[in-house]
Amino acid sequence: MEKEILLDVQHLSVGFESYNAKVEKVFFNAISDLNLTVHKGEIVAIVGSSGSGKSLLAHAVMNILPDNARTGGTMFYKGELLTPERMNRLRGHEIAFIPQSVAFLDPLMQVGEQVVGTLGEKARTLQQKAFEHFGLKQSVAKLYPFQLSGGMARRVLLSTSYVAETEMIIADEPTPGLDLKIAIEALKDFRIQADQGKGVILITHDIDLALHVADKIAIFYDGRVVETADTQTFRGDGQGLKHPYSRALFHALPQNGFNLQRCPKCGATCATWNVDEKGMRCGCGNS
Amino acid sequence: MKKGLLKYLFSTVARMLVLLVAVTLMSFLLVHNAPMDPVDAFLGEIVVSEEQRAKIAEHWGLDKSPAEQYVIWVKNTLHGDMGESRTYHEPVTKVLGERFRASLLLMGTAWILSGVLGLLLGIVAGVYKDRWPDRIIKTFSLILASTPVFWIGLLVLVVFAVELQWFPLGLAVPIGKVESEVTWMERLHHLVLPALTLSITGVANIILHTRQKLIDVMESEYVLFARARGETLKQLVMRHGLRNIALPAITLQFASISELFGGSVLAERVFSYPGLGSTAVVAGMQADAPLLLGIALFSALFVFAGNLTANILYGIIDPQIREGGGSNG
Ligand SMILES: Nc1ncnc2c1ncn2[C@@H]1O[C@H](COP(=O)(O)OP(=O)(O)OP(=O)(O)O)[C@@H](O)[C@H]1O
Ligand SMILES: [Mg+2]
Repeated sequence: MEKEILLDVQHLSVGFESYNAKVEKVFFNAISDLNLTVHKGEIVAIVGSSGSGKSLLAHAVMNILPDNARTGGTMFYKGELLTPERMNRLRGHEIAFIPQSVAFLDPLMQVGEQVVGTLGEKARTLQQKAFEHFGLKQSVAKLYPFQLSGGMARRVLLSTSYVAETEMIIADEPTPGLDLKIAIEALKDFRIQADQGKGVILITHDIDLALHVADKIAIFYDGRVVETADTQTFRGDGQGLKHPYSRALFHALPQNGFNLQRCPKCGATCATWNVDEKGMRCGCGNS
Repeated sequence: MKKGLLKYLFSTVARMLVLLVAVTLMSFLLVHNAPMDPVDAFLGEIVVSEEQRAKIAEHWGLDKSPAEQYVIWVKNTLHGDMGESRTYHEPVTKVLGERFRASLLLMGTAWILSGVLGLLLGIVAGVYKDRWPDRIIKTFSLILASTPVFWIGLLVLVVFAVELQWFPLGLAVPIGKVESEVTWMERLHHLVLPALTLSITGVANIILHTRQKLIDVMESEYVLFARARGETLKQLVMRHGLRNIALPAITLQFASISELFGGSVLAERVFSYPGLGSTAVVAGMQADAPLLLGIALFSALFVFAGNLTANILYGIIDPQIREGGGSNG
């Protein structure tokens, strides 16, 4: 049976308008023609190098891009067009966002109060449950963000989506700084929530960790999805992967021996090669 | 923590002493080297013999060396005696006390007015960045910020006192009325124009600062996240905006005391308001050293107290400083 589509992103593009030193308008394209589909009950992991546009995708969906950002393409949520106005109504209630860093917490507000947010008294009990769940002492609620360690801050950010009880979660790198045990626990949480019928977008650097819980892996390169593969294709010999960049990523995994393909002519590792929709090749013009 | 507090107190007192010595010494050197002769300024048109002049000079201690004069002044001041004003023939402390009360009423009113108005308009402009409320408020502030106090004062005088005749032309109380018979309404009536003028000059700065700070806060990542969690514009401003502009606003508000002091000299001149500012001008013109030193000392203390209050409040409000020693529990 086909699962119901929760979020459908079609031909998304994100760029930034700015002025250069000569006060000329310049345009920088960060994401172009990006497609991504998230079904109910599914975790889609997004992996890709730093600066490939993972956070921008999340911010674009949440409609929290800065004023100078220009977007194109269409998005659908539960089959209906997702306009910015509709998103403003949905966020926090139907779609939760877990940001990438502690800078997303108000420096002058106690973190307990921030987790509760504007959700009212019901959320206060949930906040206590969330803290317990993520192994934070209740006294942490009275601390300010600057008093948290990296891992504590991460768990506070996780708690914000825990209390929101939404149908979809977009988590931007939720695990760095966490002990492996808690990281796995947090990912298992996403799995449980997905199994309850929610949709999860899990942005991460750590393919290995993502492979444990995700259903699909979307591989990002320079603002595009080069391939969306089922998690199974990342097991075994990786021959199911279509794009050479995905295969290169696969072979670079620890369990596959950190293998990096090299250019037969100049010897540069594939980490430095150019990638496009069809394939990847070394900049030296050979192979 | 306790050690830090002691160190803070010690350095504060040390800084204050250095400031007071520097300010009074500078003022002393300025009057001492001023082109007018204090005895001439005192006598005005009255003609006296050389002998009598010398007597007056001796009475004021002008026959001693400048260094001696200054040291004597410091010694006496430490004993609470700041000498006698040569212009008003009254103890400096008494003149200061009277004039300061009038000034305090004026500066206090202007301070609160500019603080409240500046904060409100700054918030409105910041929230509606680049939309029409912001454009109006910003233009208004930029014009005000580049207009001199005395000019605003004159304009206000011409419009409200001369043309409309809503308010008196000057002074703090009606002319020829005995002090004890002056009512509060009369005082207030005299206060409005100078206070308005003085607050107008300070308000632009506060508006522009508040606006910029709020814009920064509203573009911060924590406000982005709050938005992503479904907070409305009103909630964003009330929960995060105000909280995060409070600290800079308080600092600015107390730091503005020094500017207010400067502005009050001009505003009091324009409105012939008998406060500390206009008294300072008189003391300068008359080479009235004791009075001028008294005013300098007093103003420095006042401004210092303003900045100190800002620092202390900062420490109480900012969790980063307040709970600086807090543990990662
Ligand atoms: N406000 C902005 N103005 C201009 N360019 C931006 C802005 N925000 C992001 N970018 C650019 O967009 C690109 C993608 O950024 P993004 O933050 O999405 O990367 P990322 O994939 O999340 O990286 P990381 O793994 O390091 O978090 C980068 O090249 C970045 O420089
Ligand atoms: Mg990112």
